[in-house]
Amino acid sequence: MREKRKEDLMIFAGCLAVYAAVQTLMATGVIGAYWERTIVYLCIYIILATSLNLINGITGQFSIGHAGFMAVGAYASAVLTVKFGLPYLLAIVVGGAAAGLLGFVIGLPTLRLSGDYLAIATLGLGEIIRITILNIPYIGGASGLMGIPKYTNFTWAFFIMLFVLFFIKNFVNSTHGRACISIRENEIAAEAMGINTTKYKVLAFTLGASFAGVAGALFSHYTYIAHPASFTFMQSFNILTMVVLGGLGSMSGSIIGAILLMWVSAFFASWPELRMVIYSLVLILLMLYRPQGLLGDKELSLKMFGRLGGGQRGTSQGN
Amino acid sequence: MSMAFGGLRAVSDFNLDISSGELIGLIGPNGAGKTTVFNVLTGVYIPTAGQLEFEGQSLVGLKPYQITQRGIARTFQNIRLFANLTVLDNVKIAYHFHVKYGLLESVCRIGRYYPEEAEIEEKAIRFLDIFQLGHRKDEIAKNLPYGEQRRLEIARALAAKPQLLLLDEPAAGMNPQETQKLMEMIRWIRKEFNLTILLIEHDMSLVMGVCERICVLDYGCIIAKGTPDEIKNNPRVIEAYLGGEVL
Repeated sequence: MREKRKEDLMIFAGCLAVYAAVQTLMATGVIGAYWERTIVYLCIYIILATSLNLINGITGQFSIGHAGFMAVGAYASAVLTVKFGLPYLLAIVVGGAAAGLLGFVIGLPTLRLSGDYLAIATLGLGEIIRITILNIPYIGGASGLMGIPKYTNFTWAFFIMLFVLFFIKNFVNSTHGRACISIRENEIAAEAMGINTTKYKVLAFTLGASFAGVAGALFSHYTYIAHPASFTFMQSFNILTMVVLGGLGSMSGSIIGAILLMWVSAFFASWPELRMVIYSLVLILLMLYRPQGLLGDKELSLKMFGRLGGGQRGTSQGN
Repeated sequence: MSMAFGGLRAVSDFNLDISSGELIGLIGPNGAGKTTVFNVLTGVYIPTAGQLEFEGQSLVGLKPYQITQRGIARTFQNIRLFANLTVLDNVKIAYHFHVKYGLLESVCRIGRYYPEEAEIEEKAIRFLDIFQLGHRKDEIAKNLPYGEQRRLEIARALAAKPQLLLLDEPAAGMNPQETQKLMEMIRWIRKEFNLTILLIEHDMSLVMGVCERICVLDYGCIIAKGTPDEIKNNPRVIEAYLGGEVL
């Protein structure tokens, strides 16, 4: 157990080093405004991808309405800061809580469905949320909620991302996470092992939704405006693609998937017509040669690097 | 207890008292309703009529996970392991409902998290050693040979600390030597864990060798109950298995 704690500290120290490095590069202007924006978005998308992975990959419930929960968080937090002038951190928490609450209320009935049916229900749900927002004049309706203060910067995005990542990692490596994984592996056997499957499905869905809400709050406070067009089902698919690309069930996979896709779209931004071609090419190649995703359901770990360095194939699972 | 699906009476007037510490066999030709009895006992189906009692408490209407938490664990006819997880994780999951640390403790890794996780790990490894699976603990469950998968499923069910263990065809697909070993293991776990065992089996050598009492089911009805010797010589049982004309 002491080893685990040590590994945690090492990862945390590594993250701080990355933060310091990126922050210095930004301050000195080596990373320009364009890449700075990309990096902030990347942090937000990493939150979205890992939280969707908690629902789709870890618990095995195929949800594709993640943009809806993101929208709820974006709007709820923006209303607090714009209309009531409340502090940003509180707005983020409320945004996450609002999305989580909605996830809970919606999860209870829909998680009785499985497979394609759940996917269709959640897809519809995401659209319902968007259309509802579109028709509420108080939050701007079709023209969007404007004048949101730009509170989000790299520091906010990075540390909230770290918080979410550690939260999910610790959750997955506990008996609660194992209960979720067992549902994915075999729901009947999980139930026969004394696991309240409904409770854990709803729990995973609620947690995933609330983190999407947090990401939404970061998002709307970075773009000055919360607009329904940002939360269409294309956004949901975008997040889903990151998760599937990295490997369903692998947290490090979701992170890598988010980095890869963000990089592709940022790098080829100046050739917009080429961008989508490359984007789709990446996906087709992946589906042909590695349908389980880049990492499958394995996690990247220090152990794995050690093994790779030792000349053996790193196929073992690390925590 | 009875169970009907629409107009089909899968099990009718099934009546069986099991006292603690017994080892009972449930046999019958294919389609007699044996697995349905198991599914009703474990809450997969709610019986259409009748009562189920375990230690004086009714089990009717409880969800499968609640029944497991009351102390009834089972294995499946077609093995249902957590196929992509390691052998160790398979057993760890069975401890789930005995774990006391909450969500906050696991996320912040404070309080009971580390001590309990260490305890689970230690217990699970000890359990695997008992079932001679200790050397396999880091392997993915689906990569184990068939016999070991069966053993692992029994180990996992026992890790949930049941008082009553239901085994659905534990010897299916095993060769005679493996069945022999399984018989010894069943006798041994009953003594070691103070268990009551109810098992479904087609392999007569196992049923006759290990069970103290046998209950024969045919077309959903109990046609005979008794010791292995009584069952062997019961004309109705012979009729059910071999057909009437033979006699």
